[in-house]
Amino acid sequence: MNLFHFISDFFRDGAHWQGYDGIPTRVGEHVQYTLQALGIAALIALPVGLVTGHYGRGGNALAFIAVAGRALPTFGLLVLMTLMVGFGMVNVMTPLVILAVPPILVTTYEAMRSVDPSPVDAARGMGMSEAGVLFQVELPAALPLILSGLRSGAIQIVSTATIAAYVSLGGLGRYIIDGLYQRDYEKVVGGATLVAAMALATLAVFWALGRFAVSPGVRRHG
Amino acid sequence: MNWDRFFDIPSDLQHSWLGLIGLHLREALLPVLAGLVISLPLAQLCVRFRWLYPPVLWVTTVLYAIPSLAFFVLLIDYTGQTELTVMIPLTVYSLVVLVPAIVDGVRSVPQETLAAAKAMGFGPVRRYVQVQLPIAVPAIIAGLRVATVSSISLVSVGALIGNQGALGNLINDANIYNRPELALNAVLTMAVLAILADGLLVVVRMLLTPWMPRRARTTPKADRPDAAAAALEDAAR
Repeated sequence: MNLFHFISDFFRDGAHWQGYDGIPTRVGEHVQYTLQALGIAALIALPVGLVTGHYGRGGNALAFIAVAGRALPTFGLLVLMTLMVGFGMVNVMTPLVILAVPPILVTTYEAMRSVDPSPVDAARGMGMSEAGVLFQVELPAALPLILSGLRSGAIQIVSTATIAAYVSLGGLGRYIIDGLYQRDYEKVVGGATLVAAMALATLAVFWALGRFAVSPGVRRHG
Repeated sequence: MNWDRFFDIPSDLQHSWLGLIGLHLREALLPVLAGLVISLPLAQLCVRFRWLYPPVLWVTTVLYAIPSLAFFVLLIDYTGQTELTVMIPLTVYSLVVLVPAIVDGVRSVPQETLAAAKAMGFGPVRRYVQVQLPIAVPAIIAGLRVATVSSISLVSVGALIGNQGALGNLINDANIYNRPELALNAVLTMAVLAILADGLLVVVRMLLTPWMPRRARTTPKADRPDAAAAALEDAAR
């Protein structure tokens, strides 16, 4: 048996498609964790990144936060939180948010800094307010890069939400962790395939977002 | 939390605390080194043949999107529950950071500089090794920093596929034996290792680029709105 047999057997088995442990339920849970964590992380990181980027201050502090955030192992945080706080959503959301904040924060800051200064000066010269400059000139120009920061945050959450199953939560990691314990390799491979597919779907969603949200004038070429 | 037993490593790990650190560094750093060895020629090819760069970026981005746990699990069928199963994905992830970093670094070398080197009689090989690479060092080190730090934290996930996580196994044991101090030990040790490795790379950059100002910016100067910053951030999971 090779990988592809495992994958096709997993998806052909009707038992995997319904009920409490069915693929739709698990995908739903995974999507829910991802959206929740990404939402919280964006709520924290976007405003800070936009404002610091606009005024061009605090870059070194942000770089430090990024290294510190990256240095904290998510798996360890997850288990530590579970042992200290008990089971629940808080202990899963905290590590996921800590994981996603640094890329969003740093990329947003860099995106705002990399906006061509001459249109910004022109907007100021035309008497636009600071908020106007920020939201109508800098934000649209920085959007492609900001989206790529959100994208890497989202991908990281999708990948890492797998680990939530280790502390008795749902999501697609359930198949991998349960399968490993039950020595049911078909389940393990099926779960891994689903997670990989979901990560690729996330890439696709952000590609589409970029197409719709980014004005044609600032779209990246190549 | 039982502070007295902070360094009391369960015997099933068959390592001391320092032993786990050694194991962890080996599992985390060898892949980054392998990634560097592979990405140097790969990036050079991408610089030489421009059409090659977009597909290479695409393939690495897609491979990067495969979550580490899933990647480990898919490899078990071929490499078994060994260190190699953990190190192959980490190598792939480091490629994703290093290739764009090196390509951008090498491409950022000014034409005048290249022309001057050519006029001084440098052949293509010498020009690459003695002019382009040294100028690209800051970008390469920036990539190495991201790859190293995330690699150190990702090794711990290896614990989930059967005791291949070095310090991550300590986290696993913390959960099994309900000893939170072990998880805290693992988290703090990994964080310190990552920050030390990061600092060490900064020192290496200073030694390799004596011509740069001592207090250089930690982030590359924001004159390239494109791939560089985004690609670097992409690898931080």
